[in-house]
Amino acid sequence: MNKLSWFIWHELKISLRNAGDTAVIVMFFLLIALLFPMGIGSSAALLTRIAPGVIWVAAILTAMLSLDSIFASDFEDGSLEQIVISPTPLILIVTAKFTAHWLITGLPLIFAVPIIGLIYDIPIKVFSLLLISMGIGTPILSLIGGLGAALVLGARRGGVLLALIVLPLLVPVLIFGTAAADAVFLGFSPKPPLLLLSAMLLAALAIAPSITTLAIRRALE
Amino acid sequence: MFNFLANPARFNQVTDRLMPATAGLAGLFLSIGIISALIISPPDYQQGDTVRIMYVHVPSAWMALFIYSFIAITSAIGLIWRHPFAHLSAQAAAPIGITFTILCLTTGSLWGKPMWGAWWVWDARLTSVLFLFFLYLGFMALNKAFDDPSRGEKSAAILALVGFINVPVIKFSVDWWNTLHQPASLLRADGPAIHSSMLTPLFLMALGFIFVAVCVLVTRIKVLLLKRRIRLMRINGGKLRS
Repeated sequence: MNKLSWFIWHELKISLRNAGDTAVIVMFFLLIALLFPMGIGSSAALLTRIAPGVIWVAAILTAMLSLDSIFASDFEDGSLEQIVISPTPLILIVTAKFTAHWLITGLPLIFAVPIIGLIYDIPIKVFSLLLISMGIGTPILSLIGGLGAALVLGARRGGVLLALIVLPLLVPVLIFGTAAADAVFLGFSPKPPLLLLSAMLLAALAIAPSITTLAIRRALE
Repeated sequence: MFNFLANPARFNQVTDRLMPATAGLAGLFLSIGIISALIISPPDYQQGDTVRIMYVHVPSAWMALFIYSFIAITSAIGLIWRHPFAHLSAQAAAPIGITFTILCLTTGSLWGKPMWGAWWVWDARLTSVLFLFFLYLGFMALNKAFDDPSRGEKSAAILALVGFINVPVIKFSVDWWNTLHQPASLLRADGPAIHSSMLTPLFLMALGFIFVAVCVLVTRIKVLLLKRRIRLMRINGGKLRS
């Protein structure tokens, strides 16, 4: 555990040195959300109704932007090879990388949601459910997305390929993440989608790191 | 049996002998199936003649799921026993599977317009089959994305296994959600809900589809084996072994 937190801290330090990257990611997230009112018109009722879906789509697209680099730079400069042959279990380092990725690119999005909430005029009840669903759902983006990033290591046009294979896998997160917040509009209980989302998070936590180690070893063969 | 067929020379030998019979059976089942589906079987009391779309739509849906399961199984074999032939057969099956998926989606769309009044609805069954299409697409793209083909096939195999979770979701989507798509009519606890006059042509078509798929699969495996041989010969300067 001590080693795990050391690795997470190590990853965080590297990212904090490039703190501008996180700012760009949050800006991208806000920008996507701001494009929708310009595209579909500024009817307040319509915007309020589609806000949860828009925010979730923006979060998933933003994740695509940052996932590309989760293993790629270590792969290119050869340090990934050193990590794999080091005595530390690879799964520990993969877990640390996923955690750091979420802390740097997932968590800041949740802090940026209130700004979009104001612009889209989201009711407070919908808003709080949206925050809960994003809190449960965004780690899944890092886990499943990180698995996809490991699969495309060394591929030609890795970024586009990553989106092609990861986006379909993330659709359930989008559906249930949005459904939890939409439940208020539709008069349903938000509990079932939130429970399903939590189940997905637990399943992804159990499966994604080990399959990712498999994919990384495959990439270095 | 897998190990027996995994030797390319033996595979060619066995399949060369079985190919005429398989192709004959495919032609036989398809011709009887099409005649009984389009002419002999009765029109539906509600849907009229549009129900005949079912005889293409349902077997292609079965084939799409069946071939994805085949890919998942061969991918698992390839990953566990590191057998190149398993990856090769998965790779050969993918374009066949995606063709059946497209066939299923288009015939479903053509059926949906007169029956539901829409080419497409976002219900769970339709959406999950659409994901199957994207999973096939991702599998094929990942397979081809690496300069070293043996790395692409391993990545794609892992993706195929992760994506297998979609197969039970498709099967049970009509039970778990309230869908516009009708619930299961064949694999039910109290027996099939289709009359035998429609069930027989449906099964004949399904058998025809299976034999066509086997023929195409075998041919594609042969082509891939030859391609691999050509690649080896190119690397080794004209000789098969260095």
